[in-house]
Amino acid sequence: MIDNAPPPFFKRGLAPTARLAIFSGLALFLMVADGHFHYLNTLRNAFAIVINPLQHAMNAPVRLSAKVGDFFVAQGRLKSENADLKEQQLILTGKMLQFQDLQAENVQLRHLLGAIPRYAQHTTLAEILYSGRDPFARKIIVDRGSLHGVQPGQVVADNIGVIGQVTRVSPAVSEVTLITDKDQAVPVQNVRNGLRAVVFGSGEPGVLDMPYMSFSADLQPGDQLVTSGIDGLYPPGLPVAVISKVERNAAYLFAKISCTPSAGPDRQRQILILSALASAPPPLPPPPESPVKESHGKR
Amino acid sequence: MASAKPTLTRPASGRFVLLTLILGLLLNLLPWSGLTKLLWPDCIALLLLYWVIHQPREIGLGAGWFLGLLMDIADGVLFGQHALAYTLMIFMAQILRPRIQMFSFWQQALYVFGLLLISLVIMLVTRLAFGAAFPGPLYFASSLFGALLWPSLSMLLHLSQHRNRRIDDTFTNLVNK
Repeated sequence: MIDNAPPPFFKRGLAPTARLAIFSGLALFLMVADGHFHYLNTLRNAFAIVINPLQHAMNAPVRLSAKVGDFFVAQGRLKSENADLKEQQLILTGKMLQFQDLQAENVQLRHLLGAIPRYAQHTTLAEILYSGRDPFARKIIVDRGSLHGVQPGQVVADNIGVIGQVTRVSPAVSEVTLITDKDQAVPVQNVRNGLRAVVFGSGEPGVLDMPYMSFSADLQPGDQLVTSGIDGLYPPGLPVAVISKVERNAAYLFAKISCTPSAGPDRQRQILILSALASAPPPLPPPPESPVKESHGKR
Repeated sequence: MASAKPTLTRPASGRFVLLTLILGLLLNLLPWSGLTKLLWPDCIALLLLYWVIHQPREIGLGAGWFLGLLMDIADGVLFGQHALAYTLMIFMAQILRPRIQMFSFWQQALYVFGLLLISLVIMLVTRLAFGAAFPGPLYFASSLFGALLWPSLSMLLHLSQHRNRRIDDTFTNLVNK
């Protein structure tokens, strides 16, 4: 096509195919630099300073409409909600009294055992601005950023349990990757028997996978999973998920286990950003004298 | 009224093109969630296609590439994903341009559907190559809605282009006086 074309009458710059090659080559180069080597975070942040105010501007009408909607909430609904909250408050107060007693007892017992005391948690309250626009990833954007002391890696929870982890921080907003995002891992422990495992996001909303669990692992549908805390990042004891399905097929080495996350950002607007651990992770225990015997499973 | 036969119109000013593209960027930044987010068409891609077809000397591969980069940052996705998709989509639009111009807006919408779909497929392939999960067939729905929007968008831009020209003329007249 190009060979047969007459010489251009007007000066037009490079041939279209050459331009195509240049621009798609540049795009591919950027992709590899970003996706493989993560070189471009500074560049991204520089551009984000320009884009973020625009995003805020476009958020304003949506938030305003939500506020206006809130204003016209029916009286009856408010009343019943208030009654519910009062009831909940009463129950929680009772539990709290117990909790303080237990905490004191726990400190004492840990002291007796010579165990490392648990650190105190600081939390930052944040509000979900909107869910991330990338259809390939499960992310939300919240209204607290590096100006408020948020750092990448911090754990995000709501009033029920873990919902994700801060992955990218701008001055005023930060991006939270949900635990249901593909390959997002959370170390968990089964409440029923203390079995430790790691759950991974499946990329679908409301589904977590627990791969690499032995065929004979003692896991049942309905088991509560909480964070184990052994990674030194997630504080221990936060609810993560409930096992919803366990498929054991003799043809495979591992059981296929699906879980349902306990918490979810689609239920609330407010979330808690838990502080990063103040201290370094606890020192590694000395190696045991004799190899620990696992109760189950040759791999 | 539904025909886009090449009429003898003077081109829109560069400023107007820029304005529409900024508006498109803002529309893309609307914080939708749930189903609306999936169905919301890529306004930047639509506007790029319009200007590539109607004003190829103003908007070409370079503009598409740069706006794609902006979209990548705005969405917080892989750098270059939108840039590559827009570049290839615009290149195809440039090849098909003489043919597309012959059709009415509704017939053009079919082409636009195909071009938007191609841009989505390119983004899908790049993301899958970098290890993302398939987001489900609804992912492609936005191209359909974009195509449905095309006739009204073309009409609107056509009209505002005329109006804009009149304002431009008065402005230049004033300046020339």
